[in-house]
Amino acid sequence: MRRYFGRKLLTYSITFFVAATIDWMIPRFMPGDPVASLVSRTNGISPEAAKALSDYYTNLFGLNQPLPVQYLNFWGSLIHGNLGLSVYGRGTPVADMIMAAVPYTLALLIPAILLSWWAGNTFGAIAARRRVLDSSVLPVGYILTATPYMWLALVLSFVLGFSMKLFPFSGGYGFNLEPTLTWLFFTDLVAHWVLPFLSLFLVGFGGWAIGMRNMIIYELESDYSRYLEALGAPQSLVRKYAFRNAMLPQITGLALQLGVIVAGALVTEIVFSYPGLGHLVFAAIQNADYFLLQGIFMFIIVGVLVANFLVDVVYVIVDPRTRVAMRGGTA
Amino acid sequence: MQLGKSRVLALLAAASIVASACGSSSASPTAGTAATPAPPAVTPAPGDTATPAPSATGLPPTDATVYPREQTLYTSGKQWGAPSTWNPLDPNAAMGVVGLQYETLFLYDPIKDAYTPWLASGADWDAAKTTYTIHVRDGVTWSDGSAFSADDVAFTINLASNKAIGSNLFTFVDTATASGKDVVVKFKPNPPYQEWAQWIYNSPIVSAKIWGPLKDSADILKNLNANGVGTGPYTYKTAAQDRMVWQKNPTWWAIKALNLNVQPTYIVDIVNSSNNVALGQLLAGGLDLDNNYLPGIAQIVQGGYNVTTYFAGPPYMLSGNTAWLVPNTKKKPLDDPKFRKALAEAINPQNVVVKDYGNIVVAADPTGLLPTWSKYIDAAQVTALGATFNTAKAKADLAAAGYKAGADGMVTNKDGSPIKLELMVPDGWSDWMAAENLIAADAKLAGININPTHPAYNAVVDARNGTATAAPTFDLVINNDVQIGNTPWTYYDYIFRQPQIAAGAARNRNYEQYDNADAWALVQKLDQTPVEDVATMKTITSQLQKIQLTDVPIIPLWYNGEWSQVNNSVWTNWPGEKTYQVQPATWNGYWQMGAIYMLTNIKAVPKS
Repeated sequence: MRRYFGRKLLTYSITFFVAATIDWMIPRFMPGDPVASLVSRTNGISPEAAKALSDYYTNLFGLNQPLPVQYLNFWGSLIHGNLGLSVYGRGTPVADMIMAAVPYTLALLIPAILLSWWAGNTFGAIAARRRVLDSSVLPVGYILTATPYMWLALVLSFVLGFSMKLFPFSGGYGFNLEPTLTWLFFTDLVAHWVLPFLSLFLVGFGGWAIGMRNMIIYELESDYSRYLEALGAPQSLVRKYAFRNAMLPQITGLALQLGVIVAGALVTEIVFSYPGLGHLVFAAIQNADYFLLQGIFMFIIVGVLVANFLVDVVYVIVDPRTRVAMRGGTA
Repeated sequence: MQLGKSRVLALLAAASIVASACGSSSASPTAGTAATPAPPAVTPAPGDTATPAPSATGLPPTDATVYPREQTLYTSGKQWGAPSTWNPLDPNAAMGVVGLQYETLFLYDPIKDAYTPWLASGADWDAAKTTYTIHVRDGVTWSDGSAFSADDVAFTINLASNKAIGSNLFTFVDTATASGKDVVVKFKPNPPYQEWAQWIYNSPIVSAKIWGPLKDSADILKNLNANGVGTGPYTYKTAAQDRMVWQKNPTWWAIKALNLNVQPTYIVDIVNSSNNVALGQLLAGGLDLDNNYLPGIAQIVQGGYNVTTYFAGPPYMLSGNTAWLVPNTKKKPLDDPKFRKALAEAINPQNVVVKDYGNIVVAADPTGLLPTWSKYIDAAQVTALGATFNTAKAKADLAAAGYKAGADGMVTNKDGSPIKLELMVPDGWSDWMAAENLIAADAKLAGININPTHPAYNAVVDARNGTATAAPTFDLVINNDVQIGNTPWTYYDYIFRQPQIAAGAARNRNYEQYDNADAWALVQKLDQTPVEDVATMKTITSQLQKIQLTDVPIIPLWYNGEWSQVNNSVWTNWPGEKTYQVQPATWNGYWQMGAIYMLTNIKAVPKS
């Protein structure tokens, strides 16, 4: 057990080091000087003011140092939990900006991923056994999963938000409110959450349902199922085993999904002006904000690694073969 | 069972954002402190249709956390990112810091070309025009209750000597001292009157008491100054990633002194979002004033959405700045004035006006001077020398200048090598991306090969400004950096600035790198002409226009609109051609160009 997790931890550490280094490198190879861009957006100021402002920003962000020094500074700060200052935020600490955005993204992603995973798998498993469902509702799943997040989000925003006025379609909470611990604020927050959540949930749901349905059919037709049936085992028992086997790839898929869905959250958050990480990523790219982009990616890297680690643990629990392998046996 | 768990999870997630949203606003001086009184009725988010809470007369408590719809003005357009500094000396300060919170000595109205005393009650030059006496207004108080005085004004002027602020004031000001209720500013010989006139209506006055300790600090811009102390009609309420909120200052001096009062109790400025969101908010009435470019606004104005613009018909908007085609005059063949002139003749800005903008902008005069500066245009000279769209003439001029057409019909350099110019605009600037295609198509008809491209914004800035290691690499860019203002000097300074500013972030004048010592001497002479001496100004601008029209260092294309579209369902009586003529924009510098009168004139629509 210890060896298994020790090896996993080592792999994760190396992955983290490489990913962090790439993370540091990528924005620096993007064309364009962020300070020049920042100064040029204050159009109309005098050349003297432009000079003072560019000196101020260059010093503030430490961009006047050679690249190797910047790289060492990056690790030094990282160890102290300091992600640097944001260019887009004009000197606001990156960590503060991320911490302000993370709750929104997690509140969107965690329910969207888990609920769509759960609902999709359940529905897929049922659909695999009911011909009516299989041929009527499942095509909807195909359409949903093939729908770009962006498009679905725009449709939801227009139909449920703009036309029917059921839900607000922009921002994290009403522009007429300040955050307080009141019922009014809470309901407003939830109302703003519904549409972005729905657009992520629906796309995810379709994908999981199709995957599960196909897996179940495959498992039900495999040798062990047929053997069980031939032995006269009840249908429910056969399905139980089929479900447990079909679940394994879905769990791996979930782990992968955790990384990929951040991209989905990005467009969704932009369409709904939802103040989460995706919105920040977009702003950071537009403004060539090294530090912000780096900080967010660092957060995502850690998030994906942790999620994968948890899935490894879950695997040990749900798949007895892993446990056997860990003890050195063969399944 | 599982569903139950998921529900709990969703609730937990929602609760976590409540907690964190509350926590993240701790910078706000009011939020999350005293227990919030239950609101009288559920006030809907902008965009919802339910009726808002009944109007409360008088001023709301300062810890109000729900802004009643009919007392709140929702704006958008100035903030391209979260509000992050409220330091009035930082050009990136949040929307309203200068204008709503901090005020200037004078206002300037570009429509009437008039200066209005504001924090000053008046000012005058001595006979020699080297000493300027500012009479500081009585009865003005800072929002912390302390009295505003001549010391504050003198202090603010002297603050310009702090290098970190980046002001050139002390290249021409000798001393500024308070004397009783006056501030006496002594100038070095030949004061640049135009620049000084710009300073008096653009520079926010700060409190000597509060800013005194930072007077010589190199870190003065690091003071974020949230909830700062100003003299203006609004005070800081709160700010978040996506908004800036101002609250009315009931002790604003102009209420008594000028019988003016701003109408909205709250102003919520929303950070710019994507077009679909902004348009949706405006149409649904969740946004009262939008200062972004929204495509297709002409159709929306006709569409019965209660949305209006400054003019009822074309061009719908006032002009805010000139969009110029900037050639790199250090590169062949753009170093040749004859080639540049032919290029100007080849382009039909009217195409961009109609096909790209649907008539919400106006084609520029060959001088590029905005309509508010039309009195400085030497019309006869423009007729004689100005380049106007004429493909045949462009072709003839190119041939006469020695640019012969190659096998593909495109003109070549004099040595026979092919000409291929790259025209860049920033990616995502959809109106400019359409414009560059039209320009390239026009140029092609005259035999000039232009390849329109749209790299990322930062890459365009790099190519245009150059970097520490590389000279500017661009061929052609479109630029509109210089905004409407009190003097055409800013335009000529932008075009002819000498010496060339070093390549890099600080280069923001003369992108075309055009060198002309005579023109620069005239620009300085213009700067040193008193603003009231319009006759001399006209003489100089005419001479400058002669150089500009002959040498074509830069090609004016169209006047970009002062984008402003308003929804009349909650607030009405907006500025317009038929109502009252003031600037309808929340952008930097516009409050003190008269936009503040918009806030004193708009009226809440009575609820039926």
